[in-house]
Amino acid sequence: MALIKQGQQVDDIFTDCSAAEELADGAVIVSLEQWREHKEDLLKRGTDLGVRLASDQHPLSVVDDLANFKVIALDFPAYKDGRAYSYARLLRDRYGYEGEIRAVGDVLLEQLHYMQRVGFDAFDVVGDEAVAQWKTATEDFTHWYQPTNDGRATIRDLRRSK
Amino acid sequence: MYRYDEFDHAFMAERVAQFSRQVERRVNGEMTEDQFKPLRLMNGLYLQLHAYMLRVNVPYGVLSSTQLRGLADIARKYDRGYGHFTTRQNIQYNWIKLEEMPQLLSDLADIEMHGIQSSGNCIRNTTSDQYAGSSADEIEDPRVYCEIIRQWSTLHPEFSYLPRKFKIAVTGAPKDRAAVALHDIGLRLHHNDAGETGFEVLVGGGQGRTPVIGKTICEWLAPEYLLSYLEAILRVYNLWGRRDNMYKARIKILVNATGIDEFRRQVEEEFEAIKSSPLSLDPAEVERINAYFAAPAYETLEDADLAEQRKQSPEFDAWMNSNIAAHKRSGHSIVNLSLKSTKLPPGDLRADQMDAVADLADEYSFGELRVTHRQNLVFTDVRQQDLFELWQKLVELDLATPNIGRVSDIIACPGLDYCALANARSIPIAQRINERFTDIDKLHGLGELSLNISGCMNACGHHHVGNIGILGVEKKGQEFYQFTLGGSSAEDASLGDRTGPGFSTDEVVNAVERILHTYIDQRDDEDETFLETYRRVGMDPFKEALYGAN
Amino acid sequence: MPHMVIANTLRDGRVVFLADKGEWVTAIADGALAHSEDEAERLLEAGKSAEAGDVIIDPQLIEVNDNEHGRHPTAYREYIRAYGPSVDLTNLTDEA
Repeated sequence: MALIKQGQQVDDIFTDCSAAEELADGAVIVSLEQWREHKEDLLKRGTDLGVRLASDQHPLSVVDDLANFKVIALDFPAYKDGRAYSYARLLRDRYGYEGEIRAVGDVLLEQLHYMQRVGFDAFDVVGDEAVAQWKTATEDFTHWYQPTNDGRATIRDLRRSK
Repeated sequence: MYRYDEFDHAFMAERVAQFSRQVERRVNGEMTEDQFKPLRLMNGLYLQLHAYMLRVNVPYGVLSSTQLRGLADIARKYDRGYGHFTTRQNIQYNWIKLEEMPQLLSDLADIEMHGIQSSGNCIRNTTSDQYAGSSADEIEDPRVYCEIIRQWSTLHPEFSYLPRKFKIAVTGAPKDRAAVALHDIGLRLHHNDAGETGFEVLVGGGQGRTPVIGKTICEWLAPEYLLSYLEAILRVYNLWGRRDNMYKARIKILVNATGIDEFRRQVEEEFEAIKSSPLSLDPAEVERINAYFAAPAYETLEDADLAEQRKQSPEFDAWMNSNIAAHKRSGHSIVNLSLKSTKLPPGDLRADQMDAVADLADEYSFGELRVTHRQNLVFTDVRQQDLFELWQKLVELDLATPNIGRVSDIIACPGLDYCALANARSIPIAQRINERFTDIDKLHGLGELSLNISGCMNACGHHHVGNIGILGVEKKGQEFYQFTLGGSSAEDASLGDRTGPGFSTDEVVNAVERILHTYIDQRDDEDETFLETYRRVGMDPFKEALYGAN
Repeated sequence: MPHMVIANTLRDGRVVFLADKGEWVTAIADGALAHSEDEAERLLEAGKSAEAGDVIIDPQLIEVNDNEHGRHPTAYREYIRAYGPSVDLTNLTDEA
């Protein structure tokens, strides 16, 4: 798949095998079930690994294994299912995850600016419009009220520094 | 009242630009309705029976005269010259055009108002006591905390796709005028044993199809932790609220299913982890916001002697008895403007009336007014020596009906006349009840009595917590009305009990009459309120009056 | 009983009815009547392609009574959509 990352359309070096029967060679993203079943083998491969969590799979389920994952893909089965916003925040703020958090599934372009605030940094969306929306998300929304640990100054910080 | 600073303005400008772009893309066909609908809902724009409806937030019910004039202009320019005040202290316009929204939003932003998050599965307008800051019984003014919650909850990136809508209410008085026990989160300011001010936090209250009274999750929360605690509750809800069935998705369902003790444990665990994060309230920021709610320049006055005017004018006397509330400062009063005359639908106000009310606010109440969840307006700071003159002017405007808290001070949702969700009409029923029982009230002194009407199970008319509640349903293509009795939205919150089978449109007003006469017959004396009588005698006498001998 | 197609226009949200030549009209009396199931289906199809063309939203088939008293949707909700709120708006607005 192709992704939006850092404001650009990039090729995905990972193969998402989470719904596949067999695991591909090279860098793979696996489902939670596949991870649990094939953990030893996956680690032995020496390739980059990622895990794809369904919307009802809390990241606590992989909290002890985070160091093994270059990517954590959080699925949105429907854009309305907002659980992954909290998953991303917990991964960043609570569990200290510093790898790539990727939004996959029913990702609306209009949600990019929320997602990148809570810790997502890659998005499974394609097209020129996607790139333009990413630009909008990161550049047009400069004022936010809530602290979300994304390094941005909140309006309160801006007020203080005046 | 709170005024936007440069940062609030910058924030609004970015959002207005965003939604304006989205509207243009929809109108040009670059976006489908499926893609656009969630976006317009997040900005308060519904498609109703006749047109688009825009719900504009009135944050915790506080309006300036300038804003009210701006709302009047919007009614004239973009609507049909009137607006409707709602049970969440908001204002709704019923005849909006999508293609005019960008300009409308810009006009709203100019008066520091918007419809952001007045719909959608996100945190809605935080509501409060309409007498905040002025009431004689107030422990602590809740408005500063309402404003803090408003900013924190506005476009919160983590909580914009909740399982369902989320409503927060705050009160700072022992008499609860904000119905906090019927909200997803209710906050009650009070003193602990050490005399420190803090919040009792209630969670999981709500109406709709499964009404529930909120449960106390925290007896006393220090104010500095307000946002951390709210964020903890919201996170637990966002993670664990049901998403499989929209009728079981509110937090009240989660709290009931989990049990309040286990729910508390989960919230407190999350709270501990984020307690001392940047979410803890910054005293400097609290002080900055609180300065906006500083008391106006009250004169030092003795209580006025209005005995003579009251004797001369029985109408003025009646109005003084029902529409005035006690102010914390001597010589001052809180004045309720009744939007429940028989001339207009309950809660509706014309643009010319809005302009006139704005002028009166400037002249008599420091340029400010409040919206109540019972769909009326309030001037919170009127000099008693001005009351007679103000009353006369309100009479001219049809805003002086002496019925606040009385049987004809009816809450009615827009119902089937406007709303795409409704099963039955509410407004005509409210008007007929108002016409019929104003006289009985005068004759028998019915006293304090809340009558609330909803046109469907979503209960926007708060029928579950009316002393008399009426729910409109549809049966075989006809409108029918079911009664509940004994509800209360105050600090003694209770849900009404169903009487039994419903009544047709023709029968319903007679049925109300039989309920009222039962109360008159059963009450100990004229001082015993409807609710007190019901709680004492129970359902049986009312059931008998409605349906005949058992 | 005959049917009509009712919808709201995208741009201003007003209630409209599909008329004979495929145009959308605000007066129910000017709308097209479908007298058979086939006709109704064709009418709805036309409504749906107008929706795809972003002219209107949510086209629906509704049953109407068409007689000497006028043209009245049988469902009260649709009647209110066709003829406006049942509430007397004369004290509220000039534009009812």
